[in-house]
Amino acid sequence: MIPGSFSYHRPASVADAVKLLSDLGEDARPLAGGHSLVPMMKLRLASPAHLVDLHGITGLKGISRNGNNLVIGAMTTQHDLLASEDVAKSVPILHEAALLIADPQVRYRGTIGGNVANGDPGNDMPALMMTLGASYRLEGASGARDVAAADFYQGAYFTALEPGEILTSVSVPVPAAGHGYAYEKLKRKVGDYATAAAAVVLTMSGGKVATCAIGLTNVHETPLLAADAATAVVGTSLDPATLKKAAAAAEAIMAPAADARGPVEYRKHVGGIMVTRALQRAAANAK
Amino acid sequence: MNDLTPTREQRTAALEGMGCKRKRVEDIRFTQGKGNYVDDVKLPGMLHGDFVRSPHPHARVKKIDDTEALKVPGVLAVITAETLKTVNLAWMPTLAGDVQMVLADGKVLFQNQEVAFVVATDRYAADDGINKVVVEYEPLPPLVDPFKSMDANAPVLREDLAGKTTGAHGPRKHHNHIFEWTVGDKDLTDAAFRKAEVSIKEMISYHRTHPSPLETCQCVCSFDKIKGELTIYGTFQAPHVIRTVVSLIAKLPEQKIHVIAPDIGGGFGNKVGAYPGYICAAVASIVTGKPVKWVEDRIENLTATSFARDYHMTTEIAATKDGKVTGLRVHVLADHGAFDACADPSKWPAGFFNIVTGSYDFPTAHLAVDGVYTNKAPGGVAYRCSFRVTEAAYCIERAMDILAQKLNMDPAELRLKNFIKPEQFPYHSALGWEYDSGDYHTAMRKMMETTGYAALRKEQAEKRAAFARGETREIMGLGVSFFTEIVGAGPSKNCDILGIAMFDSCEIRMHPTGAGIARMGTKSQGQGHETTWAQIIATEIGIPADNIMVEEGNTDTAPYGLGTYGSRSTPVAGAAIAMAARKIKAKAQMIAAYKLEVHEDDLEFDIDGFRVKGLPEKFMSMKDICWAAYNSVPPGMEPGLEAVSYYDPPNMTYPFGAYLCVMDIDVDTGVYKVRRFYALDDCGTRINPMIIEGQVHGGLTEAFAIAMGQEIRYDDTGNVVTGSFMDFFMPTAVETPHWETDFTVTPSPHHPIGAKGVGESPNVGGVPAFSNAVNDAFSFLGSKHIQMPHDYWRNWKAAKALGAIA
Ligand SMILES: Cc1cc2nc3c(=O)[nH]c(=O)nc-3n(C[C@H](O)[C@H](O)[C@H](O)COP(=O)(O)OP(=O)(O)OC[C@H]3O[C@@H](n4cnc5c(N)ncnc54)[C@H](O)[C@@H]3O)c2cc1C
Repeated sequence: MIPGSFSYHRPASVADAVKLLSDLGEDARPLAGGHSLVPMMKLRLASPAHLVDLHGITGLKGISRNGNNLVIGAMTTQHDLLASEDVAKSVPILHEAALLIADPQVRYRGTIGGNVANGDPGNDMPALMMTLGASYRLEGASGARDVAAADFYQGAYFTALEPGEILTSVSVPVPAAGHGYAYEKLKRKVGDYATAAAAVVLTMSGGKVATCAIGLTNVHETPLLAADAATAVVGTSLDPATLKKAAAAAEAIMAPAADARGPVEYRKHVGGIMVTRALQRAAANAK
Repeated sequence: MNDLTPTREQRTAALEGMGCKRKRVEDIRFTQGKGNYVDDVKLPGMLHGDFVRSPHPHARVKKIDDTEALKVPGVLAVITAETLKTVNLAWMPTLAGDVQMVLADGKVLFQNQEVAFVVATDRYAADDGINKVVVEYEPLPPLVDPFKSMDANAPVLREDLAGKTTGAHGPRKHHNHIFEWTVGDKDLTDAAFRKAEVSIKEMISYHRTHPSPLETCQCVCSFDKIKGELTIYGTFQAPHVIRTVVSLIAKLPEQKIHVIAPDIGGGFGNKVGAYPGYICAAVASIVTGKPVKWVEDRIENLTATSFARDYHMTTEIAATKDGKVTGLRVHVLADHGAFDACADPSKWPAGFFNIVTGSYDFPTAHLAVDGVYTNKAPGGVAYRCSFRVTEAAYCIERAMDILAQKLNMDPAELRLKNFIKPEQFPYHSALGWEYDSGDYHTAMRKMMETTGYAALRKEQAEKRAAFARGETREIMGLGVSFFTEIVGAGPSKNCDILGIAMFDSCEIRMHPTGAGIARMGTKSQGQGHETTWAQIIATEIGIPADNIMVEEGNTDTAPYGLGTYGSRSTPVAGAAIAMAARKIKAKAQMIAAYKLEVHEDDLEFDIDGFRVKGLPEKFMSMKDICWAAYNSVPPGMEPGLEAVSYYDPPNMTYPFGAYLCVMDIDVDTGVYKVRRFYALDDCGTRINPMIIEGQVHGGLTEAFAIAMGQEIRYDDTGNVVTGSFMDFFMPTAVETPHWETDFTVTPSPHHPIGAKGVGESPNVGGVPAFSNAVNDAFSFLGSKHIQMPHDYWRNWKAAKALGAIA
C-alpha cells in the first residue's frame, strides 16, 4: 500500500501543464483530487513517474454560465457542486448524483474533471453527463477541442483524451424548466461504487413522456446511454407494460462483470429496476 | 454533624464505583489524538520491514533471488526461510499445537503467505525492495473447498506432516485432516433420534470472516546486543503469553524479554496469537542490531493474519410432536486454512463449541468436529467471542428456528418451552458444562413484552397476505435469538495455554495520600479497563475511582496474566481485582482497629472507611488509613498497603440474552432494512452501564456486518477476493441500525462481585438474530434455511430460487 517513487510538478497554467505532459510523455499523469489515482498508485496498479498536479492552475475551478450552458471547471470538487445554488436549481440531478458519490471526505477532494476523465465505469458522473448531453473541453499542445460526453468513453480507462491533453471544463446544457429527473443508485454502503445505477432526465406533456434520456452506470465497461429504453417510453404514460419494456431494453445493452456486488444476472436485473424506479420518480417530479 | 457533612448517597457517588456511568478516563487522550499506538513508537535508528507475499494459493518455491532488491537504495537485508533456519525459526508453534511456517519453506500454502522479509531504512524503500525480489514458483493444484479436503485424491498440503498419523489432538484420518474432537453420549443420542417423533437436519454454515480491527497487527522489536535483551512493542491482547512464547522459541531467558503493549486500536481476537511479522522483526533486529518496525496494511491484515469462523455445522434436533427437544447431534467441518492457528485453550481444539446445547434442556447430545487444512490463510481465532461460542450460538439458534418452522410453532414459544428452568441452576449440560446461573424465561418474556412481539407477528401475517395478493414486494422477518455464552476461561482444571493455567491477576499499591496504582495481567483494546477496573476497586476499598491509576500491558511491571479475549477480563481479572482489593481492605481494617483502639471485629466497613459498630462518630476513612499504613501500623505489622491476587476461577460464567431483529426485505433487489433491533443482556452485576451499552452497540454492529455481508471469500482457484474495505463489509454509521438495549441482572454465584462479562455477547447473540430475521422473512415462501451472509444479491437469489421473482 505504498506507491512507487515519482516526481511531482505543480504548473501554474494550462499551457505549462500541457507542455509538461507532452515533454514528459507517457510516464506523466495529471493529478486532480487524487481519489482515484492515488489508491491505484498505492496498489501499484499505476506507477506514473511524474505527477502533474492541476491544483496550481487557478482558472480550472468554478461554475459559470455560458448562455444556456453551465460550465464547470475541471478542478471543481464534488463538494463545490453540492454547495452551488445554481447547480441545485438548474441541474438538480447533478446535485442528487454528487451526493451519492462516496462520502464527504472524498467529495472535498474529488473533482468533476477527474471523475469524468478517469474512465472508470464505476464513476457516477460519466453516465450522467451523457444523459444531460454534456461536452468536455480538452486542451492539448495543438489547441482546444470539444468532445461530447457520449463520444468520450471507449473502454474501461480508455477515453478520447490524447496523451498530453487535459480536460479543462465540462459544459452542461441546462435541461428544460419543469423537467423530471432521478438518479437511482444501488450500492452496498456509503463509499461503494454502484451495483447498478440509472440516470433519467425527461419532460412530460399531458401526462405522457415528451422527451427522455437514460444513462447507465457500472453495468458495462463504459457508461451507457440507453437509447432504445428512452425511445420506448416516449409518448407513453409509463404504464407497467412500458416500464417493463424499457427495463428490458436497458438490460439488453448491459454487460456488467460479476464481482462482490453480485453475479452478472443480478447486476443486470437490478440495473433494470434502477431504470424503472428512476423513470417513475422522474415522471413524478416533472412539472 | 453540620449541613456540610456529605450524605451516604453523596459519599457513594463520590467514589464513582460499581454501577456508576463513569466516563471513560482513557477517552481524554483518545479523543485528542494523544493515544500512543505501536506505530507511534519511533526509536533511534529504527528500520522497517515488509513482506514479499505469494500471489499463489499453492505452489512450490523454486528460487528466491534478492540481487536486485539489495540494490535498491535503503534496502539492507532480505530475510528468507533459509536465514531463519540458521536460528531455528523458519517454523513456529501455534497456540493450537500445530506448527506454522514463518517464511515460505519450500512451498506456499495460501495466497499472500509471507515469503521473504525485506528490511530497509524506511517504509518506502522496503516496499520498493519487495517489488524487486524475484521469486520463482511452480504452481500446485489449490484446495479451496473444505468438503473436498479429505477426498482420496485431494492434494497434499502439509508435506511437513507426511507420515504423522497423530496430531496435537489425537489421530489424523487423512493427509489434510488436523483433528477429530468428540463430546457427549453417542449411543444415547442415536437412540433419542431413533425414538424421535419429529426431527430436523440442516447443514448450517458460518462463513469465514475476519476481526479486522481498525489498527492492524504491528510491532517494533529492539534487540540490545550488549545486554542480550529483546524489547517488543506490539499490538498484543496477551503480552505475557507473547513473552513466554518468544522465550521458548527464541531460547532467550524470559527475564531478558520486555513485552510492551501500548494503546491498542481494537483486537477482537486478531491480536492474540503470534505472527510471522513478530518473528521476522525480532530476527531482523538481532541481525542488524537496530530496532525494526513491522506494520501490516489493511490488505495484509484481511488476507494473512487470523480469520475467524469457517465452521460448517450439520445439525440435527430430535423432538416430540409438541415441541420438547429430546436430542441434539452436530457434526462440524472446521476449515482452518493452511495451519491450525486457533487461539484456543490447549485442550480445546474446537474451543467451547460444546456450549452448542445453548439455553435448552437437552437430555442428551453428541458433537463431533473434524478440523481440516485448505489453501487459505491460517486461523481461526475467536472474533469477539469466547472460543467458538459464536458458531455454537448461531448453530443452535438457527436450528431451533428450523424446528419451530417444522412444528409450525412460534420460535419464541418453542424456546420458552425448552429453556433450562431457573430452579435447575447450577445446570449440568449434556455436553459437559456447569451453567452457573440464569433466568431465561424472565429475560425472554421481557423482550416479548417490550417489543410487542405478538403485535409484530400479527403485522407480519398481514404483510404476507398483502404480498400474496401482489400488493407489496416487501417481506418482513422477525429474528429471535436467545443465547447463552460461556466466558471467563478459565479454571485451571480445564484451561491452559501452552501449559500455563488461565488464571488472571491484579496487583494494587496504595500510596500514603489515599491514591493508588493497580496493574493487571489483562490488556484493554478499547474495552475501557482503565475506567472499570478502578470502579471495582473504588467500591471494594472506598477510595474514589479517580484516585486509582490502572496500568496494563507492560510485562515488566504487570503481574503475569493470560490477557484479554473471550470475555475473560471481568470474570477472571475482575475477580482478581476484587480479591486483591479485599486483601487491602483486610489490612486496612487491622490498621483502623489499632488507630481507633477497638477490636477488628468491632468495625464495619461503611462506604469509604471503617466505623465502630454502634458508635457512628468513631470512623476512620480509607484515605486516613492509607496514611497510617505508612507511619503507624500495629506493632509487628509490615508497613505499606499493597496486595497481589492470582485468581483461578472455580467455574466459567454464563451470560445470556434475548434479542429481536425486525427486518424488511425488498425481494426485487434484495435490499434489507433493519427496522428495529432490541437487545436484552444479562451479564450479572453491571460495573459501568454506559460501558456495557457501548460494548453492546459495538458488538451488535459487528454482528450486523457479519450476518449481512462481511466475509472473507476465495474464488475457485484460491484467490482471496475480499481484501479491502470496498468488498469486505465494514458498516459505517449510515448503514448501522439503531440499537435498543435492555437488561436483567442474574449475578454469577461464584464470582466475587457477581459479574459475568459482556463484551462479546452482542456479537454472539446478534448474528443469529439477523440471520433468523432473514430466514423468517423468506420462510412463508417455502424456504427452510438460507446460508449467511445475507447481502443484497444473495437475498435476491433466495427470492428467485423461491419463485418470488418472475
Ligand atoms: C472510497 C472512495 C469511494 C468512491 N466512490 C465513488 C462513487 O461512488 N462514485 C464515483 O463516481 N466516484 C467515487 N470515487 C472516486 C472519486 O469520485 C474520485 O475523486 C474521482 O473518481 C476522481 O477524481 P479526482 O479529482 O480524485 O481525480 P484523480 O484521482 O486525481 O484522477 C483520476 C484520473 O483522471 C486523470 N485526470 C484527473 N483530472 C484530469 C484532467 N483535468 N484532465 C485529464 N485527466 C485528468 C488522472 O490522471 C487520473 O488518471 C470514490 C473514491 C474513493 C476513494
